[in-house]
Amino acid sequence: MTTLAPPPPAPVADDARTSPAPAAEQVATRPTADELLIILESGDLERTWGTLILATSAAASGMKVSIFLTFWGFFPLVKPGVRVTGTNWMQRMLSVLNRPGIDHLKMSRLNFAGMGPWMARRLAEEHGVASPAELLDIAQAMGVRLIPCQMTMDMFGLRREDLVDGLEEPAGAATVLAKIAAGVPALFI
Amino acid sequence: MTVETLRRVDARGLSCPMPIIRTARAIAEMESGELLEVLATDPGSTKDFVAWSRTTGHELVEQSQEDGVFRFLLRRK
Repeated sequence: MTTLAPPPPAPVADDARTSPAPAAEQVATRPTADELLIILESGDLERTWGTLILATSAAASGMKVSIFLTFWGFFPLVKPGVRVTGTNWMQRMLSVLNRPGIDHLKMSRLNFAGMGPWMARRLAEEHGVASPAELLDIAQAMGVRLIPCQMTMDMFGLRREDLVDGLEEPAGAATVLAKIAAGVPALFI
Repeated sequence: MTVETLRRVDARGLSCPMPIIRTARAIAEMESGELLEVLATDPGSTKDFVAWSRTTGHELVEQSQEDGVFRFLLRRK
């Protein structure tokens, strides 16, 4: 049997200016939601980035997080190294025009044939911001559930072997709506 | 007598959300009542740790700042 020792006295904060922790702002007076659903539809670099930052932060705050990835938002789930996806010429051509994979996302504004994303990634690196690929790994390690949209897979001819590991079973709108009906806060990004 | 070691997360140079994520991962491996010291340079962390402490229930015992480094002392709930 282990008994917990009383916490040790706080270490002396040498000569640092020390203050007691300020009272939290009067925001969350309602019961705290313990679950979050994000529907990622856009697949733009900055929106995928924001989705993953929110998802990992929510997981770090003890929330159960699901991300439903649909339409353009599905393509970050395509494995690195898979260049062309689809089983017919239209699906293949679309994947050539819209390169899949989390390392090849475009920005919704100022894309300039890839210059924008390149600069955004450089700036992020200089400022210690984790890349979308790193955040996706962290999200999965923290138990964020990634739910691929079945309709998107069918429409674009995407196969399970084209996708990163560790995904939930593909599902549809009814699965997402059941969560919303149950009161889970949902964001459409 | 046992000497308890103070655990530390060094998140200096990292931006949102990494200081919180590293902290959450470290605190998950600790026992209730143990203390964790977090160092960060992200100015947003001063608000984020207050909010995170409130959401998770882990106590923010103390926070301070010196030479652009923010120091947070947290107690696992």
